Amino acid sequence: MSSLLRIVLQRLALGLVTLFVVSIVIFVAVNLLPGDFAEAILGQGATPESVASIRRDLGLDQPMFFRYIDWLKGMLTLDLGTSFAQLNFANFGGAGTTTIAEQIAPRLGNTMFLATVTAAIAVPLAVTLGILAALYRNTAFDKIANMFTLSSISSPEFFMAYVLILFLAVLNPIFPSLSNIFEGMPFSERLEKSMLPALTLTLVVTAHMMRMTRAAIINLLASPYIEMARLKGLSPMRVIVKHALPNALAPIINVIALNLAYLITGVVVVEVVFVYPGIGQLFVDSVKIRDIPVVQACCLIFAAAYILLNLTADIMSILSNPRLRHPK
Amino acid sequence: MSSLLKIRGLKIDGRSDETWNPIIKGVDMDLKKGEVLGLIGESGAGKSTIGLAAMGYTRDGVRISEGTVEFDGIDLVTASAAVKRNLLGKRIAYVAQSAAASFNPAHKIIDQHTEAPVQHGVDNRANSAADGMELYRKLRLPNPDEIGFRYPHQVSGGQLQRAMTAMAMSCRPDLIIFDEPTTALDVTTQIEVLAAIREIVEEFDTAAIYITHDLAVVAQMADRIKVLLRGDEVEEADTRTMLSNPQEDYTKSLWAVRAFERPAKPAVNTGSTPVVSVNGITAAYGKTDVLHDVSFDIHAGRTVAVVGESGSGKSTTARCITGLLPPRIGDISFDGEVLPGNYKKRNKDQLRQAQMIYQMADTALNPRKTIGQIIGRPVQFYMGLTGAERRKRVNELLEQIELEPDTYFNRLPSELSGGQKQRIGIARALAAEPKFIICDEVTSALDQLVAEGILRLLGDLQDKLGLSYMFITHDLATVKAIADEVVVMKDGKVVEQGPKLDMFTPPHHAYTDLLLSSVPEMDPDWLTDLLQERGVDNIGDAAVGKM
Repeated sequence: MSSLLRIVLQRLALGLVTLFVVSIVIFVAVNLLPGDFAEAILGQGATPESVASIRRDLGLDQPMFFRYIDWLKGMLTLDLGTSFAQLNFANFGGAGTTTIAEQIAPRLGNTMFLATVTAAIAVPLAVTLGILAALYRNTAFDKIANMFTLSSISSPEFFMAYVLILFLAVLNPIFPSLSNIFEGMPFSERLEKSMLPALTLTLVVTAHMMRMTRAAIINLLASPYIEMARLKGLSPMRVIVKHALPNALAPIINVIALNLAYLITGVVVVEVVFVYPGIGQLFVDSVKIRDIPVVQACCLIFAAAYILLNLTADIMSILSNPRLRHPK
Repeated sequence: MSSLLKIRGLKIDGRSDETWNPIIKGVDMDLKKGEVLGLIGESGAGKSTIGLAAMGYTRDGVRISEGTVEFDGIDLVTASAAVKRNLLGKRIAYVAQSAAASFNPAHKIIDQHTEAPVQHGVDNRANSAADGMELYRKLRLPNPDEIGFRYPHQVSGGQLQRAMTAMAMSCRPDLIIFDEPTTALDVTTQIEVLAAIREIVEEFDTAAIYITHDLAVVAQMADRIKVLLRGDEVEEADTRTMLSNPQEDYTKSLWAVRAFERPAKPAVNTGSTPVVSVNGITAAYGKTDVLHDVSFDIHAGRTVAVVGESGSGKSTTARCITGLLPPRIGDISFDGEVLPGNYKKRNKDQLRQAQMIYQMADTALNPRKTIGQIIGRPVQFYMGLTGAERRKRVNELLEQIELEPDTYFNRLPSELSGGQKQRIGIARALAAEPKFIICDEVTSALDQLVAEGILRLLGDLQDKLGLSYMFITHDLATVKAIADEVVVMKDGKVVEQGPKLDMFTPPHHAYTDLLLSSVPEMDPDWLTDLLQERGVDNIGDAAVGKM
């Protein structure tokens, strides 16, 4: 088992290095955005003096390198900093400031909730469809399943969202079309309100996972041990579920992880359509007003989610290999 | 007594390029209860296809076009999938060539053993597992009560092959198809498996179809032998008649292959400098030494056969000579000059002088390059020839390996047969105009007739070009045919070396003796006699020793 532990630790260290590199990329890229917070907030009324004053207050007049070090220090102590907008309002005598962490936490929670609901529907659905498609490959079922999932992944998300709203909210009012959830809402109501965005996202991610499940299984069907299973007189279903699937897990897990990462980082459009208060909306709003600390924090969270999920997938694929789980 | 399996007029088609071509052209077969029929033929003869068809099973891209396969009165050609599923595993079982590939890597051996009995409702899991351990004991597997709880990769090839035979026996079937079950094994392991199979088939009075390309093996196993050639039956007779009095020319030619032998060359002048000299090398993968103080010389125009079972260090020695694995202690010298251990530090001429031919011509040739490109590349790289000169040289090389240049120049490896591919491998090695070639099991993936052709070609090239060969093999018949000197290796050490004649005349080192006596002979009583001579227990001990 020690070799396994070493692999896991190696991957973990590699993940941290990746995160560090990504932090540099994020910082540089965000600072390359044209315009800055001072100009964006002052709009038409910007005078050189007022812009300079706001910049000085926010530390934007410092060289980029020092700002990066400051930011990195904050990140390492889990202090995401304070949003420019909040700071600015405070200067003008606004209410007490909230930190970015306080701002992001509920939004991230909402996004995670939506991702979890979607994953709970999409992953079992995709894997089951994939298994059935492999079992009944080249039949009408296989073709229809492929066509349906492919067309849903090929259509833009907002289009799928509006189609679902039309059929499930307008023509047959089953689910609400607005997903304005808030804190303290009971779970069942939250679930009901999240259903349409979750279904939209399910349609988007299912195809990929289903096709990989199907392909990974079919890829193994020519192996001698599958032939052996057939020659033992086992049912086709048992051959696939018991003999092919356990050996096809590694690629399937990887695709699932990639799609879960997408559910956390790529849901902006769906959140906007359903007015779902997730992290994607916060991110887009912050970009609009060049609220750099919030944008950077969001980017870093997205990157961390990607790295963490891929890391988990790597480790799980390794665990799915009996040669590594049970060394000689 | 009525027959258990009755095949009549079986014709099977295989699909290639969207058309169906006949691969089995009308075969009849009868098998009585408890009888063992040997199916023999070269690759492409359709042995496995017939074996699988006897189970009513065809692989993808293959279909039974005509004929009947009647098992106990049920025609498996027309039977529904459900009817066939009910017979497979329960009354007809299969033992595949590679147990390592045919056991599912994701499940423990015992779970795979009990699967058929449980799924067919023959017995419950606990009873079937207990029976499995009983069978493991009968098959003389080490630790029979414990070995089933391992995963396939944790068990050696010979043991897995026996575990698969046990698995086939799990429902006590009436018929077992053995599809080349010992082809992938070393000779000493092969004996254990052959003995185990024969014993258990006799004990349970199971009928069997034993498929192999090895005449000596089939002579030990079968009551009757059927010879196949390109999907047609050549002849069939009981084993003793077939061996002593084959009727057809093809059968006689198969029998004759074993007689091929090059005369050994006169002893080497002791004063001459060897072409290659391996001087006391010890080499390691990671921290484990896998070679221990290996030394031998290869003289100009001679063939040194390096013999041993898998894991004995034959290929590792070759890797040290080519510089792929720098030795930890000792060195390699070429024409008396010590070579750098790492190939990256050798100059182009040093690299050119030693070439290599591989076991699997399939994987050693780039499938996307034409033959002209494959051979032309070293011609250009080592000899600096380009354009028309390069083409001319490639043509010469193709003629040397007895392939017609204009026909083959633009073909891809996939358009060649196994033997032709191996010839291309030889031409590629010759392109560098080396003095010395390492042949790593170059004939073990080939049929006997084709292998003989390759051995003759290598011999002729040696006479013509004065080449020296290091011939790695586990097949002692090949050694007999081509070697001048023999080096026997075991566990990374040289246990015996000397001229071929000395090697094949007693007294031998104990291990050489074990190797030599393990090579199956055409005599149908060979296995029985050998087992008696060694004593049955010794076989079990040999298996434990290999763990």
